[in-house]
Amino acid sequence: MVVATNQTILVVGGGISGLTAALEAAECGKDVILIEKNPSLGGRISQLYKYFPKLCHPSCGLEINLRRLKGNRNVRVMTLTEVAAVSGDTGNYTVTLKRSPRYVNDNCTACGECGQAVEAEFPDEFHYGMKTRKGAYLPFNMAYPQRYVLDPRIISSDDADKAKAACPMHAIDLDMQEETLELSIGAIIWATGWRPYDANKIQPYGYDRFPNVITNVEFERMLDPFGPTGGKILRPSDGKEAKDIAFIQCAGSRDENHLKHCSRICCMASLKQATYVREQYGDEGKSSIYYIDIRAIDRIDNFFAKVKADETVSFIKSKVASITEDKATGNPVLHGVNVEGYHRYSNPHELVVLAIGMEPSVPKDEFPVEVVMDDNGFVLADDSNGAIFAAGCTADALDVNRAVQNATASALRAIQVINRVAASEAASGAEG
Amino acid sequence: MSDMSNAVVEKYHNDFLKEVEAHVEDGEWVKMCMQCGVCAGSCPLGDHWAHPPQELFMMIRAGKREEVLTSDSMWMCTSCYNCIVRCPRGLPITHIMHGLAHYAHRLGLAPEKQPTRVFAKLFWDNITKNGRANELKMGLSLYFKDGFGNGIKEAMKNRPLGQAMMKAKRLNPMEFFGGHGVKDKSGLHAMLAKAREIEDAKLEQGK
Ligand SMILES: Cc1cc2nc3c(=O)[nH]c(=O)nc-3n(C[C@H](O)[C@H](O)[C@H](O)COP(=O)(O)OP(=O)(O)OC[C@H]3O[C@@H](n4cnc5c(N)ncnc54)[C@H](O)[C@@H]3O)c2cc1C
Repeated sequence: MVVATNQTILVVGGGISGLTAALEAAECGKDVILIEKNPSLGGRISQLYKYFPKLCHPSCGLEINLRRLKGNRNVRVMTLTEVAAVSGDTGNYTVTLKRSPRYVNDNCTACGECGQAVEAEFPDEFHYGMKTRKGAYLPFNMAYPQRYVLDPRIISSDDADKAKAACPMHAIDLDMQEETLELSIGAIIWATGWRPYDANKIQPYGYDRFPNVITNVEFERMLDPFGPTGGKILRPSDGKEAKDIAFIQCAGSRDENHLKHCSRICCMASLKQATYVREQYGDEGKSSIYYIDIRAIDRIDNFFAKVKADETVSFIKSKVASITEDKATGNPVLHGVNVEGYHRYSNPHELVVLAIGMEPSVPKDEFPVEVVMDDNGFVLADDSNGAIFAAGCTADALDVNRAVQNATASALRAIQVINRVAASEAASGAEG
Repeated sequence: MSDMSNAVVEKYHNDFLKEVEAHVEDGEWVKMCMQCGVCAGSCPLGDHWAHPPQELFMMIRAGKREEVLTSDSMWMCTSCYNCIVRCPRGLPITHIMHGLAHYAHRLGLAPEKQPTRVFAKLFWDNITKNGRANELKMGLSLYFKDGFGNGIKEAMKNRPLGQAMMKAKRLNPMEFFGGHGVKDKSGLHAMLAKAREIEDAKLEQGK
């Protein structure tokens, strides 16, 4: 049973922004329901190796937030849950939620026996399909809740029965069904975040044709010691170490043909990834950053200055025109003109990382409730949105620092709505 | 420099960007260029340009009027549209190149011997004469553009092609004696003259 009232705040999306908004509101004593579409909280930051500018590990910040969550009775977390419909108005919404079955109940101790027992494998979403996972799995090591999930594709197959038989805790329940819940809610914080722009759409870069052209989110996964390459920078074509790496900025951002906005974090992400190359190879690595202009702002400018001083990192002022492949070596060859001096180049590199941008994870036309958005699908702060507030990358392409600030601001806005609801109910209670 | 050219220089006080915006087809787009260089990198003839498009745009903003208008760069454009397709700001680069070339031509600043310009002039004279293209004469005038001797050589070299085209009825030898045309030739000429008058008036407004 999930109980909610018009003094409850619903937070949609359990990434760093949703977690922050939920915790800030809950720690102010408000009643919060946090829903997440995936089987685990954490969102995209759990898929990053390190954070700019401090180069600390995101797992650390995530752990702090999960501790806050565990210590707070005001937040209820629902995973595998999405919003199906919203009706009503400020302080008085009716929200319909759809909860997909996990097929694993809370007896699960994450022992992993079910994962051992099943056979079918599927592309691992956490690793952007760079490796496979079993049909019974823990989404990733730090997953919260620490509970396995059965992939719905194995239900009604032998694998499902094998998993059930293998579980020593009787945690597997193959009869779980999709549920629909209707809740009364006072304010909604929308924190469904971003998704990487589809690199296949940038035809001249050949992401779909050349194995050694990858994206920045895939590069992050490569550095993960538990990731698809065990933390090594390996070329997808031949598994060889790649030491000469090109980064292409604005791959699909600031582009009338793709995302019109500046995704803002990609410059910093590539600068950060250049430090990964140095970390791995020392003076032997080579990073070449092809850029239109480097947008590293305020305190982050120091980070840029530091990377710029590294002799293994070079900067080429040019939007790469196209990529071809040298068949003999498998090296992608970058073609373009360096606008500093107008030199034409055809540069081979061992690996190319496309610094693709962020787009809102919920497409404009699929948003379940009418809200005011900009041309790029980011939700604007607008009075006509009532008590629906965007947080983090739902509001704009933001880094974690700004996403968290933004989430705290939306928690405050939601709290104000709830306080108004509480005050008017107290007043009408006093009258009656 | 022609009188017309002097007039526009005076009007725009050497603000060449403003001049381009006012008089070059699609010139108002020039300021939108963010110097990413993807046009230059995408141009199949890029090696042959003294100044690729994004450099021309920067030169326009820097007021390098003489260098831009006398350049043969924009005449190198073959209208493949690669640059337009890839430009992240959606600039109609191909059209701007043609606009610049045309403007330089009208002001009498374009390089005299630039082959694309020579071809364009021949074609214009050819098609405006009768209101229809005379392909036979077009071919011949191209052969003879570098003098009589060269013309004979070119014509001989291309004889088999010409004969094959005649056989296939793609080329009519009778076109040599005047050729076909529109019904009201003098009406056409009057129309073209009027159009030129209007265009010239626009340019000379600055006087
Ligand atoms: C290559 C790369 C490197 C980066 N490196 C850094 C860095 O070093 N430092 C830094 O500060 N920032 C970095 N960023 C930016 C950082 O990833 C974002 O700022 C951060 O992920 C924003 O968090 P969020 O919670 O707003 O969104 P997300 O992380 O996208 O979280 C959204 C959550 O909502 C869930 N969700 C989505 N749709 C629904 C739905 N319909 N219903 C319910 N739940 C839903 C998702 O499953 C997810 O859990 C990087 C970005 C990229 C692309």
